Amino acid sequence: MNARLIPFAVFALLVVLFGVGIVWNEHHDARYVPSPLIGKAAPAFDLPRLETPSQHLRKADLLGKPYLINVFASWCFACGDEHPVLMAYAHRFGVPLIGYDYKDAPGDATAWLSQHGNPYAMVITDKQGQTAIDFGVYGAPETFLVDRQGVIRYKHIGPLTPEVIARELQPAIAKLNEVSR
Amino acid sequence: MIPELGQLALILALLLSALQCALPIFGAWRNAKPLMATARSLVVGQFVFVALAFGILTYAFMVQDFSVAYVAQNSNLELPWWYRFSAVWGAHEGSLLLWVLILDVWTLAVAAFGGKLPEKFYARVLGVLGFIAFGFLLFSLATSNPFTRLIPAPMDGVDLNPVLQDPGLIMHPPVLYMGYVGFSVAFAFAIAALLGGELQSSWVRWSRPWTNVAWGFLSAGIVAGSWWAYSELGWGGWWFWDPVENASFMPWLVGTALIHAQAVTDKRGGLRAWTLLLAIFAFSLSLLGTFLVRSGVLTSVHSFAADPKRGVFILGFLAVVVGGSLLLYAGRARYVAGGKPFALASRETLILIGNLMLSVSAATVLLGTLYPLLGEALNIGRISVGPPYFGFLFMLLMTPLVLAMPFAPLSRWGKADAVIWRRALQRIVMLALIAGIIAFALSVHRWMGLLGVTASTYVIAGTAFYAIKRWKEAPRGRRYPLEMLGMLFGHFGVGVFIAGAILTRTLSIEQDVALSPGQVVHVGNYDFRFDGVGERHGPNWLAQQGTVEVSKNGALVTVLHPQKRTYPRGQVQTEASIHPGVFGDLYVSLGDPLGPSTGAAGSSGAWAVRVYDKPFVRWIWAGGLLMMLGGFCAAADKRFRLRRSEEAQAHDPAGIPVSVIQPVQQQA
Repeated sequence: MNARLIPFAVFALLVVLFGVGIVWNEHHDARYVPSPLIGKAAPAFDLPRLETPSQHLRKADLLGKPYLINVFASWCFACGDEHPVLMAYAHRFGVPLIGYDYKDAPGDATAWLSQHGNPYAMVITDKQGQTAIDFGVYGAPETFLVDRQGVIRYKHIGPLTPEVIARELQPAIAKLNEVSR
Repeated sequence: MIPELGQLALILALLLSALQCALPIFGAWRNAKPLMATARSLVVGQFVFVALAFGILTYAFMVQDFSVAYVAQNSNLELPWWYRFSAVWGAHEGSLLLWVLILDVWTLAVAAFGGKLPEKFYARVLGVLGFIAFGFLLFSLATSNPFTRLIPAPMDGVDLNPVLQDPGLIMHPPVLYMGYVGFSVAFAFAIAALLGGELQSSWVRWSRPWTNVAWGFLSAGIVAGSWWAYSELGWGGWWFWDPVENASFMPWLVGTALIHAQAVTDKRGGLRAWTLLLAIFAFSLSLLGTFLVRSGVLTSVHSFAADPKRGVFILGFLAVVVGGSLLLYAGRARYVAGGKPFALASRETLILIGNLMLSVSAATVLLGTLYPLLGEALNIGRISVGPPYFGFLFMLLMTPLVLAMPFAPLSRWGKADAVIWRRALQRIVMLALIAGIIAFALSVHRWMGLLGVTASTYVIAGTAFYAIKRWKEAPRGRRYPLEMLGMLFGHFGVGVFIAGAILTRTLSIEQDVALSPGQVVHVGNYDFRFDGVGERHGPNWLAQQGTVEVSKNGALVTVLHPQKRTYPRGQVQTEASIHPGVFGDLYVSLGDPLGPSTGAAGSSGAWAVRVYDKPFVRWIWAGGLLMMLGGFCAAADKRFRLRRSEEAQAHDPAGIPVSVIQPVQQQA
């Protein structure tokens, strides 16, 4: 083969790679990081509530009913995009939505929620982000679905959108209810 | 109505760019003078319409026309006018328009200053540039129209991302684009040469000043971006090996190789095929960078809206432009003859070493940037590599380059000269070692810091050695032609940069501390006293502003005011406060309020504060600016002024008769 074709050949390979990348991205969320926690018990947590920091919420308190945990922070841009969606959908999930305020100043979070509305049944705070490490939180926003046995059934990284809710989250919630029936 | 005019202007520009590509190239092929002669007016026409579209978009921002979706997305009523101006290129659609505008500025400059180029060559160059403009205008109109309406218009717009509301970001994109779009000119020259089969080295001489100017702008643009990241992101870092940074750095690396390879081709006729290839690569990497950033194939902290349709379009365009050029190269490059043979210790060899290292570095950066993609394609999951990978490999690859650098100017073209080598080596190495010992005595105790001092002294002393030698040997008045002066600035810049980069890395002291008002923290040789936090109003933000008094041995050095700004949509942005200095910056940024009394009444409480002492950090950017100066300086050399083409070929100021630099050529 003509050696001068080598640059072209290398470039052609690159183009194929990019093509694969584009196709892959269309079928996957680019930020999807497979969570080893799905199907495993959610980590035990014991965190202060935002409104009443003296009161703590423990994982044990929630056993027996499924719930959603939504990791958010007042400093996070994407959370601002997600927020209206949560406001619209929170009461339609059929399971309580728990806000997980991640590495945030409590004052900021309270101000943020009073300004934009509070979609959460309750909000717990993790100022240092220690428990978030156990949850494998990759960045806010993230959403976890935990079943009545305390096992993580579904996880979404990035803002929830109506499409994601319709395509993934609601089926996952429906499946929980089927199993329990 | 006015935005529709903008849209119309873009469509007209698209049509003109199609003609600007087709007519001159066809004319050059058929030797039809009237067709070739259209190039100049088409360039002007296309520029006028693109400028009009850009002006209209700017106007829409100035009058806050929120019925234009792009304006509604990136501006709001409270945004000060100067950020409304820079918001024009604050997101994808507008920055694409800026891209085309800058391409047209370059094209216009070529059309204006290239009038003395051979007619066919001139026509082809403008035609190739027209094709690139065509692709980007089509891209803009088909997938990223900045004039799309939003009806009904919202009462207020969203906002320009607060991260972008910084003076650095007004300058950074235009300067950066001047750089990597500027490589389109060298590219167009190379393609025009390949198309015309005009593979003498004359095209290289003509393209050299353009390449140097583009490279200078690119250096400045990267510096501006780095400075922005440093002052705005609040982490005190200046380079993150982020895909978007890499996208601008790869063309810079190849561009650096290109300006050196062009010098060899210009003066000795050697490396011709390689120069052609580099000219293609430099611009291809600019396009590739655009693709990586715009398609969302890679995710990055510079989160531009990703749209698969855009990705497919740019990939297609990339395939046509780069694939086409490389095929053309494969077909035509065999007519390229080699230059004169050269000895092992000659200047050619050293430049070749530099070229090799720069190209391999660019490939390494590309590979690192593409790892996540490779992982997907090979189905082993998303993997990504971080600064340790890049930093280590980059240092490794740059070592031979740095070692070779002072010797390239000292060596002779073609021949080895052992005497100069030995003399230079003794002095340079001795100076470098002395500097290392002094640094050690001044308490730089980490091997990396010592390495930085020695390497930097080595480069600076080596360059100075050459400057002195030249001063002594060359006749007065001809000591430093601008081209050489450019080289000196550029090489000094590298030395200064090395010192900055490595010393900042090894000597920086960074502390995250919780401070209550009145509390003092000792960092480096300085005492930082935190005097609490107050409120401050800006044009469109409300800030919690801290006051930090910095003193050294009891004497007040400066008072810093780091801020935490809250913008209208609730986004919070940290503004570091920096006390700049030649030998180091003091840098304070405000974290979160701590302790029980937080929130609005936080003024009395403790805050998390980041305090940095960053020695020599400014040298990084000073080095970059010196390189920029070098690029501009070299481009201004009168050797590159165009004369009538025959004249230009008949005489070579380097003193080598043309018959020698252009040996047997049509052997293939």
